[in-house]
Amino acid sequence: MSGVRLSPVARVLRHLVLMTGTVAMLGPFVVMLMTSFKPKAEIFAPKFHLLPHSWGGTENYITALTQVPLLHFLLNGAIVTAAIFLLQVLVNMPAAYALAKRRFRGRDTMFATVLVCLLIPYQAIALPLYILFFSTGILDTYASLVLPFTISVFGIFLMRQFFLGVPDDLIDAARVDGMSEYRIVWGVMAPTAMPALIAFGIFSVVAHWNDYFWPLIAVASQELYTPPMGIAFLKQNGEGTAYGPLMAAATIVITPLVLAFLVAQRRFIEGITFTGLKG
Amino acid sequence: MLVETQARGAVRIDGLAKRFGDTTVLDGIDLDIVAGEFVTILGPSGCGKSTLLRIVAGLETETAGSVSIDGAPMKGLAPNARDIAMVFQSYALYPHLTVAENIAVPLRMRQLTPMQRLLGLAPRAVRGSIGAEVQSVAAMLRIESLLPRRPAQLSGGQKQRVALARAMVRRPRVFLMDEPLSNLDAELRVHMRAEIAQLHRQLGATFLYVTHDQVEAMTMSDRVAVIMGGRLQQVASPDVLYRDPDTLAVAQFVGTPRINVLAGGRLGLQAAQVAVRPERLQAHGLGLAPPPQAGQGIEGRLVYRENLGSDLFLHVEVPGVPAALIARADPAAGETFAIGDRLVLAVDPRHVLSFDAAGKRIRP
Repeated sequence: MSGVRLSPVARVLRHLVLMTGTVAMLGPFVVMLMTSFKPKAEIFAPKFHLLPHSWGGTENYITALTQVPLLHFLLNGAIVTAAIFLLQVLVNMPAAYALAKRRFRGRDTMFATVLVCLLIPYQAIALPLYILFFSTGILDTYASLVLPFTISVFGIFLMRQFFLGVPDDLIDAARVDGMSEYRIVWGVMAPTAMPALIAFGIFSVVAHWNDYFWPLIAVASQELYTPPMGIAFLKQNGEGTAYGPLMAAATIVITPLVLAFLVAQRRFIEGITFTGLKG
Repeated sequence: MLVETQARGAVRIDGLAKRFGDTTVLDGIDLDIVAGEFVTILGPSGCGKSTLLRIVAGLETETAGSVSIDGAPMKGLAPNARDIAMVFQSYALYPHLTVAENIAVPLRMRQLTPMQRLLGLAPRAVRGSIGAEVQSVAAMLRIESLLPRRPAQLSGGQKQRVALARAMVRRPRVFLMDEPLSNLDAELRVHMRAEIAQLHRQLGATFLYVTHDQVEAMTMSDRVAVIMGGRLQQVASPDVLYRDPDTLAVAQFVGTPRINVLAGGRLGLQAAQVAVRPERLQAHGLGLAPPPQAGQGIEGRLVYRENLGSDLFLHVEVPGVPAALIARADPAAGETFAIGDRLVLAVDPRHVLSFDAAGKRIRP
């Protein structure tokens, strides 16, 4: 990949740095996974072993899945994150296209507004949103979980930056071929921007799958709980010290994310190699 | 199948102007293009020639004036309603589609409804006819073997052919080409030049071709329209443009090496400026051959010999003339000249072009 030749010392050092990072980041996950396999006695044993000495996984996972409707929470998570991502893309792509490729009065002001919105943390608007949803009566519904995130300023910004790199000739060619502006967005820009779209998808899905803050505010009924709320619910519902089932639940919750990421990662690399936009 | 017998696609450009804010890009362009003609718009970069083409295509709107094709005004018509096709400098192929799909796009956009395209449900007959059209165009450009590939897997020349195929497949009245060869290497450019000229003869459609390369303009076109600074300088056949330019700017832009420019007085003429093509200057060694008639010879010193094999260009420094004069010589005869030699350049008065101080041609 890189054409720079490094000295052996530098190469060892590089690997050392990377490995330290890997251990630091992967460590908690490994502990989580291993703890989910241990029986209760072993978890509380004074001496820490990474690998379980005796198998307690079956019981932990069964407890996690039966004590609370975890699968139902997973389904909720899937519905909410998919709806958010879909609506985000629906808004992002035309907005980013207009900001990157159309000439109109006030475009720069609009883009500046987008940038300013990037600076607003969503905790800051949580309260006004809560009041708005309360007065419109949609609190405690799927809509209340999805709607606040449909317009992703970050997504608009990311896609706009990517669209800037798409040659104008390509868009003009599409116009000469008879495509409408919407057709250009979905038929030319979207496939061209696949790598950026997938990168954004990873950000969006991870953020909203793991989100605990907003669902906690917006939702009260158990039927609408998202996966992180499910884990918290399990903690309250159980003895609170049942770390085995808790870790099992956490493992179950992140598994779809890991799988989705692995699939997307392959498509991501594919996407990069297939964009032959230059020359 | 693609060969049209009846020529169509007469383009009339009338008093066309384009301004972006305070900058005038095009000013009062009048151009009449006969159906089936190959007209090149030639000019240095930034002269507005691409803008002119984009206005004809409908990708840009004119500030004033009008464009009509076959008598029908084009004002306000979208590009696809104008029955034109355009080939871009960067080829502009859809990167996510195969070559065959790329070529089929204009046909799919025309013959299928949005619903059919979205669901991928094309009636069998339409799908068959689109496939056949794509095949026949691909055969014409000899790119059948490339049809299943993607643009990223093609060389520059192959991409250019695919872009041409995509333009041809809809059988437009007018082909608009925006510097289609400038991204190709020199050898391929010469080859594609011949191929596009041949394609023009085969198709019989009107070609409007934009380039900054005067060799392309001279070798391919029926007529050349020279634009400089947003204004049309001259519209003429390549031959007339070279021999009989209207302005000094055109004379200097057309022809390699550049035409020699002198003050009129150097040749004993009234004109403010005179210009002579390198092949109209004859170099003689001083003292070897008798100098020709007085007043028609220019004395100077040889500073550089440019040997192209078929031609030898002698760069001669003349006191009081800013740029060295260039004279064409027979490489065999030129052997006798060495750098530093004093030469006399003989000028045939019949081939001297005279211009006034503003650069306008003075014709006898």
